[in-house]
Amino acid sequence: MPFIPHTENDIREMLGVIGVSSIDELFEEIPAALRARELTGVPETLSEMEIGRLMEKRASQDKRMLNFIGAGAYEHHIPAAVWAIVTRGEFYSAYTPYQAEASQGTLQLLYEYQTMMASLTGMEVSNASLYDGASALSEACLMAVRANRRSQSARILIPTSVNPTYTKVTHAVVKNQNLSLEAVPYKKDAGCVLVSDLEKFRGQDITAVVIQQPNFFGLLEDVDAITNWAHDIGAFVIAVVNPTSLAILKPPGSWGAKGADIVVGEGQPLGVPLSSGGPYFGFMTTRMANVRQMPGRIIGRTVDLEGKQGFTLTLQAREQHIRRSKATSNICTNQGLLVTAATIYMSLIGPEGLARVAETSCVRADELVAELCKIPGVKLAFDGPRFHEAVLQLSKPIAPVLEALTQHGIVGGYDLSSDYPELGNALLVCATETRTAEDIEGYAQALRDVLR
Amino acid sequence: MSNIPANLKYRDSHEWARLESDGTVTVGISDHAQEALGDLVFVEVPEVGKKFAAGAACAVVESVKAASDVYSPVAGEVIASNSALSATPELINSDPYGEGWIFRLKPGSPAEFNQLLDASAYGKVLEAEGH
Repeated sequence: MPFIPHTENDIREMLGVIGVSSIDELFEEIPAALRARELTGVPETLSEMEIGRLMEKRASQDKRMLNFIGAGAYEHHIPAAVWAIVTRGEFYSAYTPYQAEASQGTLQLLYEYQTMMASLTGMEVSNASLYDGASALSEACLMAVRANRRSQSARILIPTSVNPTYTKVTHAVVKNQNLSLEAVPYKKDAGCVLVSDLEKFRGQDITAVVIQQPNFFGLLEDVDAITNWAHDIGAFVIAVVNPTSLAILKPPGSWGAKGADIVVGEGQPLGVPLSSGGPYFGFMTTRMANVRQMPGRIIGRTVDLEGKQGFTLTLQAREQHIRRSKATSNICTNQGLLVTAATIYMSLIGPEGLARVAETSCVRADELVAELCKIPGVKLAFDGPRFHEAVLQLSKPIAPVLEALTQHGIVGGYDLSSDYPELGNALLVCATETRTAEDIEGYAQALRDVLR
Repeated sequence: MSNIPANLKYRDSHEWARLESDGTVTVGISDHAQEALGDLVFVEVPEVGKKFAAGAACAVVESVKAASDVYSPVAGEVIASNSALSATPELINSDPYGEGWIFRLKPGSPAEFNQLLDASAYGKVLEAEGH
């Protein structure tokens, strides 16, 4: 059954009204060489029943593995109520409501989401979300160039302890926009950035400094010192943070003397299940002084003519439907469905619940590191304070070790050797509140076998 | 019919420019422009010390229904901007040629100022646009 509502008759009638003889004629001005031809490499049509069988067969190849990978996406317990509420018809739309009068419920939810994110990050204003953490960092870099009016250089310092995928995505987004992203190597034995390594940029025009907390290795950066250093030379501070960690770590709004200027991150840990490639969502918060340079949608609370509370899309003059090519971003949407899940997740577990999740994850990661480091041929790469991830160095190459661990039903961690060859056989491991003592013991036993 | 003072010069993009006795040039948007934009809610003024070419976008005026760039009528360096507009952008609506000024330039070439439209030429621009 075709799901296209127009019949041949409808199409002929519509073409007749505008005086065009065929659909092809509509596209005549596109040169023939640029038009897509018939698709090749697409298999024959299958019926719904056949597709169902095929998908069941493929799904049965998936195994329930015990997961110790973090590296930007984290497995947390999600209360069943979260997705039961999200999938209600009233919420089950991934798009921004343009028609405020018909969308008060969704707008109120987004407003509450913004309030929670502003509070969690210690900032004054939040947008209604972006695509993911990596694209949020790209947008933050572009925003810093617009908002930091003291700087003309569009030079942004990105330490190599920032998630390398975020850095790659940011390069891809900004490389044709005259921004210069300059890598600052982490201190080799510490796994963190030192202010002394930034000093060589003093006296230069730097637009912004990116700091990830906890950094990609799970370690805590000296955010106060780096923030003060950046502000001292007139640069903005772009904070990349894990929202779960903010329940127990100092919010970016309180870093150093003046706090970060723009805060971004991946929202997935807040109620969004792990899924290869997403969809996840990015968040962004900032100070009120920068709000007109912030990309994305912003929901505001107001009163109607009768003085009753109402919610609305606000500050839309930043957006492309009004400002066209000079809009703050070509992204003027949000990840509505996933933000709905995050808002319900945060409402259900509350600040204390989130702190318990963070604390338990931290303790489990410590237990994991302690157990694994008892194994001959395993050592901890960096011993600074950390959140719920750590870098281990193994006596054998990582890829075959991970392959062997899958035979034990274990996804053992994230192989760092391609992004950080200088670390040798380095593996990034993670444990959250979902890993039990028994899980950790199981991993340790399997790794002992594999490394023997 | 909008007010077009005879002692000012204009750009066809609806900025006005006034040559001050000290040789500097004050810039704002015309009465017609403020009328067309409607109630202003935000003005982004240029930083003092920035240099602009003639015709460069150097400020933004945002109303309840639109946002527009303001273009520099002449080349020069910004020596002052109207800080009152950050709290009271509506000054542009109430007094576009006075309290609603946006910024002041030290012009690169004084001759450039004289090439701008005079009041009657700007009036014809508005007529041609159908106002």
